[in-house]
Formats: sequence, structure tokens, C-alpha cells
Amino acid sequence: MNFKTFAAFVGPSVFMMLLFIAFPLATVFKNSFYVTQPVYETVVAETCTPGFLTQTCVTEEKSIPRLDEDGEIVTTTSYVGLQSYGNVLELGRAWEALSQGSWAAFQSIDFWKALRFTLMFTLVTLPLVLGGGLAIALMINNASRLVKGPVIFISLLPFIITPVIGALSINWLFRGDGILTAFLEWYLARDVAMFAQAWTIEVLLMVYRVWSVAPFAAIVFYAGLQTVNSDALESAVIDGASRWQRLKYVVIPHLMPLIVFISMIHLMDAYRAFEEVVGFSSQGYVITLQWLTYDFLVPDEAGNRSISRASASAMLTMIGIALLLIPLLRRTWRDHKGGH
Amino acid sequence: MLKKLVMAGAMSLMASGAWAACAYENTTPIKSLSAGFQAWKAVTDAMAECGNFAASLDQDFREKQPEAFAAKPSLYHIGGVANSTMIPLLNAGTIRPLDDLVAKYGQNLTPNQLIKVDGVTYAIAMMVNAQHLMYREDILSDLGIAVPTTYAEMLDAAAKIKEAGVVDYPIGGTFKTGWNLAEEFVNNFLGEGGDFFTQGNMPNINNEKGMAALEVMKALTEYMDPEYLVSDSTYVQQQFQQGKIAMANLWASRAGAMNDEAESQVVGKVIMAAAPMGSAAPASSLWWDGIVIASNISDEEAEAAFQVAMEGIDEEMVKANNDLAVWLIPGYEPGALAAGAAATAAAGARPYPASGPMGIMHTALGNGISAYLTGAKDAATTLADIEAAYVSAAKEAGLVK
Repeated sequence: MNFKTFAAFVGPSVFMMLLFIAFPLATVFKNSFYVTQPVYETVVAETCTPGFLTQTCVTEEKSIPRLDEDGEIVTTTSYVGLQSYGNVLELGRAWEALSQGSWAAFQSIDFWKALRFTLMFTLVTLPLVLGGGLAIALMINNASRLVKGPVIFISLLPFIITPVIGALSINWLFRGDGILTAFLEWYLARDVAMFAQAWTIEVLLMVYRVWSVAPFAAIVFYAGLQTVNSDALESAVIDGASRWQRLKYVVIPHLMPLIVFISMIHLMDAYRAFEEVVGFSSQGYVITLQWLTYDFLVPDEAGNRSISRASASAMLTMIGIALLLIPLLRRTWRDHKGGH
Repeated sequence: MLKKLVMAGAMSLMASGAWAACAYENTTPIKSLSAGFQAWKAVTDAMAECGNFAASLDQDFREKQPEAFAAKPSLYHIGGVANSTMIPLLNAGTIRPLDDLVAKYGQNLTPNQLIKVDGVTYAIAMMVNAQHLMYREDILSDLGIAVPTTYAEMLDAAAKIKEAGVVDYPIGGTFKTGWNLAEEFVNNFLGEGGDFFTQGNMPNINNEKGMAALEVMKALTEYMDPEYLVSDSTYVQQQFQQGKIAMANLWASRAGAMNDEAESQVVGKVIMAAAPMGSAAPASSLWWDGIVIASNISDEEAEAAFQVAMEGIDEEMVKANNDLAVWLIPGYEPGALAAGAAATAAAGARPYPASGPMGIMHTALGNGISAYLTGAKDAATTLADIEAAYVSAAKEAGLVK
């Protein structure tokens, strides 16, 4: 293929990547080093609130943003260096808490609280998704032709459901005297409140994630299972290998590239966990890094939002994902080089 | 067949009384954006009777409004706001002074409805809302408990109700982490006579008033459903309706739902009373909802929009929807359901101190208080951390030097 044809094919997608990925990313990166603020003036003003018959009025000092002649709010943008990162990380407080050996104080800082749970969430769900996915794939593979279609459909169902909807429906199964909580109460013969302490919520969030993602792993593994060399499997049977040994020495090594692939996708996805916090309204107990970014970004009733800290938090999340992926990327790179 | 359909359509239009109820026919296309609760539905339906009117009822209106009204021309003509959500519009200058329009078309408005900032009218209030005590009259009289007027009395009553075991949880509370939880703190802090800020928008909650507010909240949680950190107004309303709780400090706008026979098992048993007294004022804050008109539209459009708005909040609408809200509109007959809000206001409840810094403070409170209630932090640390969170956000917003 000559260069011109190549460029014509690749050009549009490079353009799209620049427009929708590189440019916003660069903007976020820049925003994390700058702070834009309205210019406020202090004025004394009287405001009134209606009561039942008369109004209550208060006169007080107020900060009012200055408007220019076009009626736009005058803003100033200043370079603040790493200050926004500092405000997110709160290193001073974190260090103080750690040097006093107080884990509770350390975990009361939003970023570190979110990081602790996000890492745990990612690393605990990873093996469960891989194991669960492989188990489902083997089940589908061994199902008779007659029921294979329905089995695939049912096992894919959690993956098809929109994440927030899935999270909400599981939430309602357990909220208050939901069906499953009522069942647990009957089974354990004691009062159960799933949303009254952190650990039960953490378990629910992780169970939900495994439930919704394992089918994706399963369908990828199922595709991989179709390409397992049947000669190798037959010779293993002749050599007297048990079912488990065949799985361990033939099937899993064959699926290894897919396992690495699923792991990478899952690490990236799970580190960005967000729907779970919203769907289960868990923010009183448990938050994730992505939720923290969202919380900085969402405006309060008076319209303030912390764009700089949100940008810094988003960049930190990206750095976190990159660090997590390094071991897997190095492995892939080694395999790639070894293959040539 | 087609003829029949057209006939049916015409009949249903007639039946719904389209245009019939409006005094005139509106010819300018008008759009509004407001919150989505029942009172707004009633008001915008009444506006729609004038024709050429489209309403967006949206729970996320507060995120859309500042941007939509800043567009030139503004995407909406009429906005529905509350005390807090008016602030960003007012600050950005995207809502217009209404004094001339009030003089021309506002003959039926009372002075109480005109929301003035430094003497200039910027909004027309239509209803007030406040959290106040609702209690199960049957339970309290069975157990011989007097109606609680302070939180100390409410806790005593709760102890007796718990002992009697007549409901699952004696007290319900809108303690959902975030906006609701912060609002509970605001109510109690105002009840203690606290002011949120000192000179230069510096925070002022880490003091004995803040501690007292937190302690009351924690004491109440002892008698609540242990899942209180996920319980919002709707959840508390349902707990009442299903007979699971006996008392709660709940929004006046939820009072009507207690007697909704389709949902409630406690019709007629829930009585409205004043919010419990703090040491200085009732532990509640007064809110209003009302109408604003965009700046970035032509004067003719503004005039048409204002006329439509006046039709929406007229006597006829109130007569048809008397129990949906505590209306400020002439023709409203305050019934038993409004008694709680009226008594709370009469006892001197303070208005919600809406402002730019307060928006940040409300968020910081909403995120920070749960750590105290779950026992992760003590009261002083919690308040200090909330103040620190407020200061770093306010610095970023430029409100604190």
C-alpha cells in the first residue's frame, strides 16, 4: 500500500482520535494547572424571603461577581502549578495521619479513602471475573447443542443490562426490607441492614461488578475455547490426563493471551468504577476515585464547581491506571518480541 | 375511521378545557424550565392552557438553568427557581428585573410574593416549603405522649414508642448523604442561632453551635432505620405511608402524600406540627419556589412570558390544587396540611441563607457529616475537616482570599 492510500484510510480515524481523545485530554491536563475564578465584589444588599403574611428581610455583605458591559462574568485565570494536585492529595494531612499511625485519620481524607477502596475493588474483582468467566465459558462449551442458545443468552444477560439500571435493581433487592434482605433475615433469624455499614456495601458493590462483567469474559473465553487444538486435547486424554490437568496444562496456556487481554480491560474498567457508587448511593460510606472526580465537577446549587481539582483528580486516575497496567503491558511486550 | 379519530381528538381537547381556562390566547412561543415536583406540574399545566407553551419539568434543572439562561437568546423564557437556585442566575445577570411587568400585569400579586434584591424585584414566589414535625396522632395519644416541641422531647417520645414497639422505628429522617444530610445540619445550626460565615466568607461552624447540631443529629439516628444514610424525602414519606415510623421532620410539600389513599395506609392519622425548637429558633429553614424571566430575550417575549406565568399562578390554579403545596397565592385556603409549615414560620424559623459561599458549604457539609454519624470521626474533627474542605473549594472559586 502506498503512503497516500494509507493516509487516506487512517486519516479520518487519526483526526477523530485527535479531536475526541487527544484534545480533551490536553485541555484537562492544562486545566489541572490553572484556576479560573470570577472577580468578586463585596456589596451590602438586602434580600427578602416570603413568610406567611410578611417577608423576612436580611441585610448583609454579599460577594457578587463583576459583570462586563456584555453582561458576561469577568473571570481571571492564573497558573497555580501543582496546587490543585496538592488540594486533591492533601499530602500534608495524609503524612501527619500516617506518622501518628492513625489509619482512621488517613482514611478520612477523600482521595486516600477512594484510592483504598478503588484498589481493593479492582484487585479483588479481577480473579473473580477471570474465574467466573472461565467457568461460564466451560459450562457453555459443555452444554448440549439443544440448550446452548438459551444458556448463552441467559449468561450474557447481566452484561446486556445498562450498568446503572443493573446496580439500581440489585440495590432495591437489598434496600430496607427488600426481597433478598427479607430472605436473609428469615434465613439468619436476625435483623439485617445491608446499607448500615461499609463492609456490606463494599461486598455488594464487588458482587455486582463481578455479576455484570463476568459474561463478557465468558464470551471471549468461549471464543478462545473453540480454537483449542483438539489433537492436543485427545493426546492428553490418551496420556491419562484428568479433566483438571487438561484444563491446567492445555486449555489455560492456550487462553493466556485472552486472559491477559481480559485482565487489562478489567483493570482499566474497574479502576474507573463509578456506576456502582451512584446506583447503590454508597457515598456516605464508600467512594471511588472516579466518583470523587464527578463530585468535584458537579455544580452545587449556587453554581460553583471545582474544575481544576476535577482535572487534577482525572489526571491522577489516569496515572493510576497506567501504573496498574505496566506489569501486563511488559508481559505482552515480551511475548510480542519473543514471537518474532 | 379517520373522521372518528379527529372527532375523538377534538372531544378530548374540549374535555381537558384547553384554552378555555386561560383569559386570553397566547401567540408568542414560550418555554419554561423548572423542577419536576407536583406543584410545578400544576402551575405549568395552568400556563399551558394559554397555548404556545412548552414546559420542561426536570429534576436536574439546576445544572441546566445557568447555561441555558446564559445562551443568547436564552433557551427558556420562564425559569422555576428556589432561593438557592436563583443565586447563579442572579450572579450571572441572566434574569431580568420585573418591576415594570409587575406594575403592568401583576395586580393580583401580594407584596409577600415579590422577591426583591436591594429593592429590585427579580422573582415572583408562588409557594413556601419548610421541614417540620409530622407525627402519628394515634400512636402518641395511645401512649399518652404530648406533642414534642423540642428535640429533647422528641427523643423522650421516641424512647417510649420504641419501648411500646408499635412501629419499626420511632423516628424517620431525611439523612441521605449529600444535599439532604447537609440540609438537616443547616436546620439544626440555624435553630441554635448559628451563622455560617464571618467576615470575608470565612467558615464559622466549628463552635459549640455546630457541635450541638451534630449531637442532636446523632441522638436522632439512634431511633432511626440503621440505613438512614440512604434515606431521602421519598423514602421517609414511604416509611410514614407504610406505618413504619411515628415521627419525622419532613418537608411540607410531602404532607399531602400522607392522605393519598392510593399510597398511604395512615390516611388521616398523620398530624402536622411546628418543627422542634432549637435554643434560638425552630430547627428548620424557610424555602420558597417561584418564577423568574430570562434577560436574554426580547422585551415583547418577556412580556408574553410574564403574562403566561401570571396565568399559571392565578387563583383558579390554586383552587384546583389547594393541597399540593403551601401556596402564597391569593385564594389559597391553608388547611390542616399547611399547619406545620405555618406554625414553623410563626415560631420564627429563619430563611435558608442562600448565597454563593453557602452553595459550597452545603456540599462540604453533605460530604463530611456522615463520618461523624458512623463514628469514624469525633465532632470537632468533623467540623474542622468540613471547614477545611470548604476553604479549599471556596479558594478555588475565588470567594476566599
